[in-house]
Amino acid sequence: MEEKLTLFKNRKRFGIEKNIDIIFKNTALVLSSFVAIILLGIILVVFFQSFESFSRYGLKFLVTSEWNPVKDEYGAFTAIYGTLVTSFLSLLITIPLGVGTAIFITEDFVPKIFREIIGSFVELLAAIPSVVLGLWAIFVMEPFFRAFFVFLHNFFGWIPLFSTEPTGRNSLLAILILVVMLLPIVTSIARDSLNQVPKKLRNAAYGIGASRWKTIFSVILPAALSGIMAGILLALGRAMGETMAVTMIIGNSNAFSWSLLSPGYTISSMLANQFGEADGSQVSSLFYAAFVLMILSLVVNIFAQWLVKKFSLKF
Amino acid sequence: MNSLYYQKRLLRNIGNKFFTSLSVICAVIAILPLIFLVTYILYKGGSQITPELFTLEPNPPGDDLDAGGINPALIGTLIITSIASIIAIPVGVGGGIYLSEYSKGGAFSKFIRFGVNVLAGVPSIIAGVFIYALIVSTKILFGSMYSGLAGGMALSILMLPTVIKTTDEGLKLVPNELRYASLGVGASMYTTILKVTLPSAFRSIATGVVLGIARAAGETAPLIFTALFSYYYITGFGDLFYEMGSLAVLIYNFALEPYDAQNKLAWAASFILVLSILSVNIFSRILGAFTEKTKRV
Repeated sequence: MEEKLTLFKNRKRFGIEKNIDIIFKNTALVLSSFVAIILLGIILVVFFQSFESFSRYGLKFLVTSEWNPVKDEYGAFTAIYGTLVTSFLSLLITIPLGVGTAIFITEDFVPKIFREIIGSFVELLAAIPSVVLGLWAIFVMEPFFRAFFVFLHNFFGWIPLFSTEPTGRNSLLAILILVVMLLPIVTSIARDSLNQVPKKLRNAAYGIGASRWKTIFSVILPAALSGIMAGILLALGRAMGETMAVTMIIGNSNAFSWSLLSPGYTISSMLANQFGEADGSQVSSLFYAAFVLMILSLVVNIFAQWLVKKFSLKF
Repeated sequence: MNSLYYQKRLLRNIGNKFFTSLSVICAVIAILPLIFLVTYILYKGGSQITPELFTLEPNPPGDDLDAGGINPALIGTLIITSIASIIAIPVGVGGGIYLSEYSKGGAFSKFIRFGVNVLAGVPSIIAGVFIYALIVSTKILFGSMYSGLAGGMALSILMLPTVIKTTDEGLKLVPNELRYASLGVGASMYTTILKVTLPSAFRSIATGVVLGIARAAGETAPLIFTALFSYYYITGFGDLFYEMGSLAVLIYNFALEPYDAQNKLAWAASFILVLSILSVNIFSRILGAFTEKTKRV
């Protein structure tokens, strides 16, 4: 009887312990809301800083390619075009390569141990800093591809995309280094979504006599499509925002050209190049360009998340 | 009778062979750059490694034949990444604890989780632009403009989503029985989290956090106009408020120099950066595989 009483006596928490509990919970709450604060802060700060340029040039900023700090005329068309072209073309090359690699890793062509090694190799590629890739691109990739670019120009020069004489750094090199950077993203996400396809589906397809690749093309890939699409969109967002490697190899020229063999510009490389030394309305224009980049990548990212949420629970 | 045997020339068999070899080619193309890259960096950078590299200041680019060392940049990277970790780890772990332990899946936690994913997708240079507008151009940090502190803050924005995500996911893997048991013996919520849930998820959280730090160490874009670059030794605490060099920015600056000596220094810095990042990655991967195995038993 006595023992029970002491037990009950201690059942109540001390006031201080209750308070600590409440404080702990609220601290965690505040810390978690930091994410929202930072995100909103980024959007608001970049928007307000670009306001001066926005009210002066309006949407004309997006379609003119004059960038002249002396005359105070700014337009980011070259950079926006460069961002879109490099990211989409690099994605176009990455998708078949990445998905092909993911299929190779998830099918049983070679023993599991090899596939795992290849998988982690590709993922390690994602860990290499982009500035190192840029260094490699300058000193190894550019000399390696020089002859190839001359060949491209000589034989396909009639296509506007290859119409200029290749001189060192250019947009095509930026696209190629982006492929190296996007491959791990697309491959690892495609592999994960291929692995999530239930085995039953494969067995059913084999059971009615489908060959391996018939199964892959008509059953496995469609089932994993939403995940693969989301991975592709994430890679697209990454490609648009990628700065260092692209800045180092694209040549940084604001002169607009359709040709991939001429030096180009992307929004992020423009920011990296000019932000440190800019002043006056150039800063505001750079913020405007940053705002455009942010909106582009936000749209792509949110769309990717929506896609995942919408289709992920199919099985 | 014949149709029971494998027929090489059947369209479906030719197709199968064709696509199989296609996917093999894809895998080879995907791995080749890594092998080229890593061997080239190890070969080219490794041959530049000397004891002086770690102790000297880099010489300003010019006609000097000797480029000096990377001591300030090496120390700077350590300092800037530490600042970023000091900011991002408490905030991230705290936020992750809220999401996984307290939130009940309502609108707020959904919004935060969404925000974490969006923040993870924000281009790294935008983080630099944001800190530039907020801290560098306003000189809010005791009148200093470009500083190692500002650089660390920019990096912490990039680390934050990774830390929250790994904490959230690591805590979710802790079985509910542990929580019930702790609460059942009368522990309060915070004791349960600090003494039971968090320790049992420690390894997976630590792995994720370390990977996040490794990633941040190689980030350049947020640093080029927040921390800028410095050629001089870091001598004391006050240097936090001045321009600070880092390995990543050193590689960027010196790769674009026309002088061979500076380029070599960039290779040497890449060697150190890549070697440390890759070893952290491989180590945590092995650790992760190891814990997975022990858990299954």
